[in-house]
Amino acid sequence: MAAGGAYRPARPAALDPPAVRLVLITIALGFLGLFIFIPVIAVFAEAFRDGAEAYFAAIADPEARSAIRLTLMTAAIAVPLNVLFGLAAALAIARFEFPGKLALSTLIDLPFVVSPVIGGMIFVLLLGVHTPIGGWLYDHGIKIIFAEPGIVLATTFVTFPFVARELIPIMQAAGSDEEEAALVLGAGGWQTFFRVTIPNVKWGLLYGMVLCNARAMGDFGAVSVVSGHIRGQTVTMPLQVEILYNDYHFAAAFAVSSLLTLLAIATLAAKALLTRRVAPAASARKDDPDELRNFP
Amino acid sequence: MSIELRNIGKSFGKVIVLQGVNLTVATGELVALLGLSGSGKTTLLRIIAGLETADTGEVLFDGRAADDRSVGDRGVGFVFQHYALFRHMTVFENVAFGLRVKRRSQRPAEHEIARRVHDLLKLVQLDVMAERYPSQLSGGQRQRVALARTLAVEPKLLLLDEPFGALDAKVRQELRRWLRRLHDEMGITSVFVTHDQEEAMELADRVVVMNAGKIEQIGTAEEVYHHPANAFVHNFLGNVNLFHGRIESGRVFIGDTAVEIDTAYAHPAGDGNAILAVRPHMLEIVTEPNGRQTFPATVKNINLAGPQVRIELVAQSGDLVHVDLGHERFKAHHLEVGSAVFIRPKEQKLFVYQI
Repeated sequence: MAAGGAYRPARPAALDPPAVRLVLITIALGFLGLFIFIPVIAVFAEAFRDGAEAYFAAIADPEARSAIRLTLMTAAIAVPLNVLFGLAAALAIARFEFPGKLALSTLIDLPFVVSPVIGGMIFVLLLGVHTPIGGWLYDHGIKIIFAEPGIVLATTFVTFPFVARELIPIMQAAGSDEEEAALVLGAGGWQTFFRVTIPNVKWGLLYGMVLCNARAMGDFGAVSVVSGHIRGQTVTMPLQVEILYNDYHFAAAFAVSSLLTLLAIATLAAKALLTRRVAPAASARKDDPDELRNFP
Repeated sequence: MSIELRNIGKSFGKVIVLQGVNLTVATGELVALLGLSGSGKTTLLRIIAGLETADTGEVLFDGRAADDRSVGDRGVGFVFQHYALFRHMTVFENVAFGLRVKRRSQRPAEHEIARRVHDLLKLVQLDVMAERYPSQLSGGQRQRVALARTLAVEPKLLLLDEPFGALDAKVRQELRRWLRRLHDEMGITSVFVTHDQEEAMELADRVVVMNAGKIEQIGTAEEVYHHPANAFVHNFLGNVNLFHGRIESGRVFIGDTAVEIDTAYAHPAGDGNAILAVRPHMLEIVTEPNGRQTFPATVKNINLAGPQVRIELVAQSGDLVHVDLGHERFKAHHLEVGSAVFIRPKEQKLFVYQI
């Protein structure tokens, strides 16, 4: 470098000109504002249009409370069920070779590719009162479709890929070495599962549960088909929003919407926190020769 | 604990991994399973541990069948190639694991666990690392944690899968000597798998040379190196020059040259094609033909780096020949690339294998 001469670092060839960067960033942020920020603000603005009192009155309404209760109950059943299924499916796919493995790992994605409405229809066609199974159950006093069990079933169906999809790659990457090591050290199957397998996937599991929960509470399509829309009984929060909106109770509709929006924001926050944990803390230092000097 | 393997066979699908393997390991012995990747050595080790089940044959510990005992009940310690440390546990918890999962009646008290873990960590010189996580350790340190974790359950048999495979050369050397000392002090029957012939010969009491799912030879390092059972072992253990020749009425010919050999080293039974094997340091370069045992050759390459001069020659037959020569001898010969010389075996200890 010439002494005294002004040193100007050359622009790295790989960087785009400032104008291009500006345009790209503007487009990206513009989209974000148009499709995310403005609608979210609108939801809360509409919800509070008639004042805070009306907002809390809308949420305290018996029908709204019933919808919140049903939504929470549905998630409380669907999420644990899918944790069990997700763990079993992920372990089976990551650890074992068996006929039908490819089919299983493909079918796990089914709820992602099929419209939720079809998901609901399946249960109506399978368990409706006019079907053999549904009829038999109805005769024995068990109502599935147009009742809470149907809502739970449909929700479980549409949310079952979340946990499994999250766990399969983590388990495949971790391999079974640590589990084998535990077995050789004398641990039993359950000890190995709870002390080695689960701790290794806990952040991924939590991440899957957060996503699963968000979808379980927010699903509209499948639940709409099996619900029957009995007010105060088989209406979940998303359905309640629809009902209120169709009845021209806009402020109330947005009040319930705001709760779902808060759920979404909380989910995103949890997701952001967990993403950092899921990427395995493999900041493993490479073999450091300096450290080994002192040995043996 | 002594091990006896009887006629072990194993295949994965259509691939035969092990075939008719018989092996006895005496109590307190340190044995190396040596072979290339795919030779079945790791599978054999896993069968001994109980991590795999043999399709045929029996595994006996101290003369009693081990097959009905589960992995955890065999009294076996297994050190995995990539250590398989529990990444979510500290070094201390890793070593304590085997003690913590014991049945309540056999589980030591907490202070007893702490004492034993610290004793083991001192043994592997990692006591100061007790609160670290595996990701914060170097490869050599992880290997020693894995060893301490295994020793915590006081195994009667120690199995190590490529114990030094993932370490760099210098650390490997040190860890090797350290492991040998440890074995001599504790006297645990040990079997380790390696693809490194030097490692096997330096460390083990006996070396088991494996190839394509079969045992080629079992013997001390000295036996397998100086008295290889066949051309594979000869070739696998150290550098060797192979000459293609033939046997006619008890005499070995390479090209037109008849080679006299000490019959103790001749493996073939009758006439036919044969392979003659000579290690590079057992050959000599002379400038004049001398009797009937010299082959003409041309110097092709000279490598002066190292304790000996490494010379590559092309024999008249077209075979590539390596000769290791002392630096003084090399200077005396005034060799350079392109020199026409003669090669002569130093002794009559030539190995001839029928093919």
